[in-house]
Amino acid sequence: MSADLIASRQAEVIEEFSLFEDWMDKYEHLIELGKDVPSIDDARKTDDHLIKGCQSRVWLAADAADGSTVQFTADSDAIITKGLVGLMVRVLSGAEARAIAEADLHFLDAIGLHQHLSPTRSNGLASMVKQMRLYAAALAARQA
Amino acid sequence: MVNLSLPERIRKDFPILQREVHGKPLVYLDNAASAQKPLSVIEGQREYLSNYHANIHRGAHHLAQLATEAFEGARSKIAAHIGAGSTDEIIYTGGSTDAINLIAQAWGRANLVAGDVVLVTRMEHHANIVPWQMVCAEKGARVEAVNVHKDGTLDLEDFATQLERHQPKLVGVVHASNTLGTINPAAKLCAQARAAGAVTLVDGSQALPHLGIDVQEIGCDFYVATGHKAYGPTGIGFLYGRREVLEAMPPWRGGGEMIKRVSFEGTTYNGLPHKFEAGTPHISGGIALGIALDWINGIGTADIAAHETALVQHAHSALGTLSGLRIIGTAPEKVGVVSLVVDGLHPYDLGTLLDGQGFAVRTGHHCTEPLMDHLKLESGTLRMSFAAYTTREEIDRTVIALDRAISMLR
Repeated sequence: MSADLIASRQAEVIEEFSLFEDWMDKYEHLIELGKDVPSIDDARKTDDHLIKGCQSRVWLAADAADGSTVQFTADSDAIITKGLVGLMVRVLSGAEARAIAEADLHFLDAIGLHQHLSPTRSNGLASMVKQMRLYAAALAARQA
Repeated sequence: MVNLSLPERIRKDFPILQREVHGKPLVYLDNAASAQKPLSVIEGQREYLSNYHANIHRGAHHLAQLATEAFEGARSKIAAHIGAGSTDEIIYTGGSTDAINLIAQAWGRANLVAGDVVLVTRMEHHANIVPWQMVCAEKGARVEAVNVHKDGTLDLEDFATQLERHQPKLVGVVHASNTLGTINPAAKLCAQARAAGAVTLVDGSQALPHLGIDVQEIGCDFYVATGHKAYGPTGIGFLYGRREVLEAMPPWRGGGEMIKRVSFEGTTYNGLPHKFEAGTPHISGGIALGIALDWINGIGTADIAAHETALVQHAHSALGTLSGLRIIGTAPEKVGVVSLVVDGLHPYDLGTLLDGQGFAVRTGHHCTEPLMDHLKLESGTLRMSFAAYTTREEIDRTVIALDRAISMLR
């Protein structure tokens, strides 16, 4: 079940981040996570794939894989933003489209990143989450 | 007696400076966005709201009189602070943006015609660009911009050339740049613009907290500033306008306060300054802005300017020790603003890692996108901006924190 997959990955991330007391350690970890983001093809780094509302630039693409699941690829010109998008990709990529669209992403609160979700924040994490859900909903509609 | 430095004397006036961010002592270096408030400003608002709040001007009762006296008293303080000839020349606004929109909508719509030019500089804040683009689009007029040199100084030769070429109806210049710190020679520019027949507007948003201002000496027709960057509250600022120019201007917003008599047959308008102040104003804000100016004058603008000049020099040399770091804006005359970029690193990453260590800075284009495009700084800059309470030690600690951020990202 994809919902279970997303839930277990969230639990994993929460446990991982619980090791860090200091914000700087969390950022250090995000910087590391950014290095493992499945890269979006350079050819797809166009305005179509650009997420609006970020101070840095974030490109995100979603592709259907194995029938009903979604694979995300992404990139950013800022390293911490890339870590944030990497975290989202790690939790959601490979899950079923419908499960992604409806996912309860409580891990962002749990690891203290909720403050990055407010629409006024310049990193656009809220826009990323919204775009990932929209992509997934569109793919789910096509698969139905 | 021990001779205390300026910050040592005044930091106790700012309760917020005692707080921590992410478990670390706050180092607040985002003063160009908004300055923190001294106790007198905080208390002044509380005192008004708890003791003598009432609507101003109309009430027949005691509280209305107290509130009116305080609000109009603050107007006198503003007039005195910037050397205006009379309180009639001071219009309360929501801030600088609101003041420029007032000029664009009242003066601009009455005076601009097809083919006219409004001349601004490439270092203007969006607030001194967009209101002009809006009214120009409506009138078939256009906005032209004066070049800015790589070091962040205004291209004075280009200024003269464009004055000659375009014969602009209005010239708008920022007194001090919020992104570069550059202090422009406002008096000289206004004299040239006036000689070319233009009406002049100076945006003093960054000048009010840092410099002594004398609108007679500058010789401008309009001068605008906002309260919250000058230790006052948000939502309040002012427009200074030369009496003749203001008198010839039609009102912009209609409503209460701005009228002499209203009837369905025809309405007559109030005199200056109330003609431009429709509706109930930000009374507590106006009163507190007056208190903020008292606070500034209690120290003296010359001392504040000298302190910040020393901080800028110190920051420039301390930052020079970090490799790959470039300071954006090295004009000889600067207010307390230091913009920088680090080769290969995004300002957002640096700003985030400074925030994680308790340092509040701003990153991005600072509402000056045309300037960032001109300087080819696609991702903007990281900006440290100082106030009277900023210490040399805070700057030293910022440089260490920045060094740590850079090594984490490389």
